[in-house]
Amino acid sequence: MSILESILFETIVAGTPLIIVALGQLIAEKAGVLNLGAEGMMAMGAIAGFAVTFHTGNPWLGVLAGMVAGALMSFLFAFVVLTLMANQVASGLALSIFGVGLSAFIGKPYESEILATVPTWRIPLLADIPIIGGPIFNQQPLIYLSWAIFGGIAWFLYKSRPGLLLRAVGESPSSAHSIGYPVIRIRYMATLFGGAMAGIGGSFLSVFYTPLWVEGMVAGRGWIAIALVVFATWRPFRVMVGAYLFGGVMVAQLFVQGSGLEINIPSQFLSALPYLATIIVLVIISRDQNTVRLNAPVSLGQPYRPDA
Amino acid sequence: MTSTDDIRLELTGITKIYPSVIANEDVNLKVRRGEIHAVLGENGAGKSTLMKMIYGVANPDAGEMKWQGELIHVENPAHARSLGIGMVFQHFSLFETLTVVENVALALPGNPDLKDLSIQIAEVSNKYGLPVDPQRLVHALSVGERQRVEIVRCLLQNPKLLIMDEPTSVLTPQAVRKLFGTLRQLAAEGCSILYISHKLDEIQELCHVATVLRNGKVTGECIPSEETPKSMASMMIGKELPVCQHEAPKELGEVRLRLNKLTVESDDPFGTTLRDIDLEINSGEIFGIAGVSGNGQQELLYALSGEEPLKQNELIVICGEAAGQSMPDARRALGMGFVPEERLGRGAVPRMSLAENALLTAHGGGMLKNGMIQFKQMNDFAKNCIEKFNVKCGGENAPANSLSGGNLQKFIMGREILQTPKLLVAAQPTWGVDVGAAAFIRQELIDLRNEGAAVLVISEELEELFEISDRIAVIAEGRLSPAKKLADTNIDEIGVWMSGMWPGAGIADVEEAQANA
Repeated sequence: MSILESILFETIVAGTPLIIVALGQLIAEKAGVLNLGAEGMMAMGAIAGFAVTFHTGNPWLGVLAGMVAGALMSFLFAFVVLTLMANQVASGLALSIFGVGLSAFIGKPYESEILATVPTWRIPLLADIPIIGGPIFNQQPLIYLSWAIFGGIAWFLYKSRPGLLLRAVGESPSSAHSIGYPVIRIRYMATLFGGAMAGIGGSFLSVFYTPLWVEGMVAGRGWIAIALVVFATWRPFRVMVGAYLFGGVMVAQLFVQGSGLEINIPSQFLSALPYLATIIVLVIISRDQNTVRLNAPVSLGQPYRPDA
Repeated sequence: MTSTDDIRLELTGITKIYPSVIANEDVNLKVRRGEIHAVLGENGAGKSTLMKMIYGVANPDAGEMKWQGELIHVENPAHARSLGIGMVFQHFSLFETLTVVENVALALPGNPDLKDLSIQIAEVSNKYGLPVDPQRLVHALSVGERQRVEIVRCLLQNPKLLIMDEPTSVLTPQAVRKLFGTLRQLAAEGCSILYISHKLDEIQELCHVATVLRNGKVTGECIPSEETPKSMASMMIGKELPVCQHEAPKELGEVRLRLNKLTVESDDPFGTTLRDIDLEINSGEIFGIAGVSGNGQQELLYALSGEEPLKQNELIVICGEAAGQSMPDARRALGMGFVPEERLGRGAVPRMSLAENALLTAHGGGMLKNGMIQFKQMNDFAKNCIEKFNVKCGGENAPANSLSGGNLQKFIMGREILQTPKLLVAAQPTWGVDVGAAAFIRQELIDLRNEGAAVLVISEELEELFEISDRIAVIAEGRLSPAKKLADTNIDEIGVWMSGMWPGAGIADVEEAQANA
């Protein structure tokens, strides 16, 4: 594999967890639920995925476990903010701290363990295309899943009736209620979906990407995912672009650091670069007020209590 | 007509208690097949709450409901719709970031194809004279257009009972007549209609039976055609209706508002571009601008308020000062008061208290001292406004969104009038306000004029404009017609002008010019 090919390969791998997590958050936010607990849900997904894969030897059971762990975390959140009407921002922050802490506690015994690398899936013919074939069509299986999720969500939001309903609930829960839709139930489902996606994203990190468990291994990706959704003005395609941009800069700076080139830039700065670059680019593309106005869920973060 | 089979809906002893008020107490109501039944009452009399219970948005605390002879409990609006009950809300239940057709689709069962639905919408809107473009985004629509969407959405469901909550408040007289035609046609087809309104002339013209509510209780039932507006009004408000005193205008003073060929390109692809609007309003007169909603009223209001400052300063002159580029606050400092069309969001901050909302525009009047809020002055101002304009609310600390539409409108009008502006720009000053309060607000506007203020009223209610204006003009497709003295015109002429056909407009203008050349 040439350097170009491996950069492309690693870029896609690094961007994938962000895509999965951010698209899940996008669905929750489109329904009006702001869950800042993505970091904690990812951490729980990572440890659950790692532990189950370690004991069963089956990475797919690991992903399933990560998904369930993330969904359980988001259920806790949903109960607090949707049923008990607590403040979403504060509850989300608490969920992040809780998840990161709990995962570290559960993960103690696994710290020195390592998993077998999961082989890539090679798609016949397509993988033979020069340069891009290898990086794109001979990839980790979850990468194909992330593309399927992207396609599914884009279709769901803009082509299907439940997607229309979801957007409607996020815009005006009171109007949705007055024409007879179960706002709270829809918000529960959207939040659970967001949690499940965060769990899958977390398990991708520990089961496929590294594949090992280290405390704090999520390393702020949950926060970047949340920022991605906002700066991508709640549009799935932009989320995907932003995630790969992040992945690209992440890999490029690793190559620079590892290349042994004599550059007088502190390595900490290089490590921060992907976060910085993603935010700057997305801030620039999200300046259009009209796009923001048309795509931002108006009721985001606001509790809704139906008057019965 | 009296056989029990004919009774479509029967309410017995319906009671609804909210934490602070009894909204409905022991309400009985019978609606027959094909009957247009008016529910008449002031703001806060409990009409809307009663309708919400029939439509399943709220649950009654006591009483029973029979639908076509069967005892039912309406679980939710979807249930109501499946029974054949449709409702047009007063506070629209539309989603602003979605298109018209998407909004309609959300209220229909199943999964309608949006293309077919667009065609159906076009058909229904043509048939009933309710023009709407299915592809437009709702946030770009005016209030009147939004209401058409609500009505069309209901009609698509072929309801057996249609609840209309103050449907005509933003329609032109022609559109009202068309709507009445529609409603009569529906009634003749067997659909029952519950018609909520406080407009007595409309009820008299349209409705077969009326039930009158006051303070949540039924105070009478009557046949409107056998009553006079006066007798119904006294049933409704419990006393005689006040009459507006509109004496001839006194001597006109200086020019308080001048628009110099005001032209504003609209950024919104569906918005209206204002073209060459010339206007002068003097101290001591009320100037009315009529027009069908969506013809540039919104854009004109934004330009006047300063919400969207203009490119050239000279386009707008307020009290002798060029102010086209000024921000809203600077314009207020020049002596302009402003009442926007949207009460919640533009007129008032929904979650802030009435006192805080008063502070937002009236802070010039001694409510600030060294940059600190003078809470006593602020609260006194709000209390005074609530008392003087008879705003029904939980005191000056009640949040703005806890008030009914009409009461909030009274508060906003009061807030602006009490600041005794030199120039007052008011959009739909009495929208959703009941007759008694509307007469009061109109009287206040006239008094303001008599004290020497210049008043610009932009309204879609022609009767109102004819009641209070000294001069009147029409806005159509972003152009302003010549102004006419009230004595020199009549409702029919202005009605024709509202379609953009005044002498000297458009094509006629060109032909005339050629003829003169």
